[in-house]
Amino acid sequence: MKPPAFEYRRPETLEEAVGLLAEHGDEARILAGGQSLVPLLSFRMARPGLLIDINRCLELDHIELDDGRLAMGSLTRHRSVERLAGLSDRCPVMMEAVRQIGHVAIRNRGTVGGSIAHADPAAEWPLLALVLDARFEVTSARGTRAIPAQEMFSSYLQTSIGTDEILTRLEFPLPPLRAGSAFVEIARRHGDFAMSGAAAVIDVEDGKVVDARVGLMSAALTPVRAAEAESILIGHEPTDDVLGRAAAAVDGAIAPLDDVHASAEYKRHLAQITTKRALTSARDRARGAG
Amino acid sequence: MQEVLLSVNGSEVRAHIEPRLTLADFLRDVAGLTGTHLGCEHGVCGACTVLLDGESVRSCLLLAVQAEGREVTTIEGIAGPDGSLHPVQEAFTSHHALQCGFCTPGFIMTVLEYVNEGASPDEEEIRQRISGNLCRCTGYHNIVRAIRELAEGGS
Repeated sequence: MKPPAFEYRRPETLEEAVGLLAEHGDEARILAGGQSLVPLLSFRMARPGLLIDINRCLELDHIELDDGRLAMGSLTRHRSVERLAGLSDRCPVMMEAVRQIGHVAIRNRGTVGGSIAHADPAAEWPLLALVLDARFEVTSARGTRAIPAQEMFSSYLQTSIGTDEILTRLEFPLPPLRAGSAFVEIARRHGDFAMSGAAAVIDVEDGKVVDARVGLMSAALTPVRAAEAESILIGHEPTDDVLGRAAAAVDGAIAPLDDVHASAEYKRHLAQITTKRALTSARDRARGAG
Repeated sequence: MQEVLLSVNGSEVRAHIEPRLTLADFLRDVAGLTGTHLGCEHGVCGACTVLLDGESVRSCLLLAVQAEGREVTTIEGIAGPDGSLHPVQEAFTSHHALQCGFCTPGFIMTVLEYVNEGASPDEEEIRQRISGNLCRCTGYHNIVRAIRELAEGGS
């Protein structure tokens, strides 16, 4: 349970970090909060030749909330988001998700960008990004490009970030204030990896759903959006019956795997329960319900 | 090997270390402070929790080189200069909130941060707050009682 030997560099600017990646990208790993990478090192499941510690690249640690969006540097700690004034009012689903990330000691260190780049399908940020249609920026010596959340998560712990690229910025368009939202997880203990989790956003106008987002975690190799469930909701009154049909429809969007905490069959069962709970809370919180 | 200088409980510690050395092993084997306990060594049990610049962190998930220039507080650093126990230690003692004691340093450091932020006497919130620390004697009831007393005393 000790990390293998590696070279260690601690750049103080993004430019320096990008230079190191251009030279050593294939053998290097970026160390941000370390809450996922260091256990992987200790288990010897990751054996990078070089660790590029970006914790002192302070230009990547910033957060801005305005009317329509929340933008963050990739080094923003979960705890900084949790402490952000106004977030509970402006984007309650994000606060609800962040408070379910691990424990305080993990949220003090872990970073938003690290969670996205690690791409654990049982993690909160990847699902939140997918459901809120977030947009990412990655930088390399070749330049900067944008990646929409829909194109980010390619497989288990895999993203479309290249080996010479670094995630620098995340931008979340925020749902309208009148929309209702919820982030619901089922875990054996608070802070454990969820056996199932669902995020939902429902916007209602004149009694009918005008926008619906539904997504699941711990339900496949990546976080998933449940497009069929969304289309069942849009254009209809969000009655218990409609929500129930939408929750049932997530079954076709997921492909859970057995693990030590729950069988695939049980996770399939839980997916409908977390979805139904998330949809019900989101509907009840929506202001346009008339 | 890399030279590091960090502050542990107010004293400067300088050493030549491998970058792969965790802060937990640094504290125990280099600084000689064995009060920080190592349970799982992969960020699950919380036994190795210390404060880094006043914030709780798991010292098995931090490399010692990352703490360069930072202030680390361990269980050895919280009693008064005359050796009198910290109020969190007092509360744990008076509520029998430790059995074998292995998890205790991690719990104390976690609770210390919580009390500093203004702990709530609400049991559910307390249990959430300590959910990242495992007690294999399963003595959680008394730990919760100790924290509730601290929260009520401070409000």
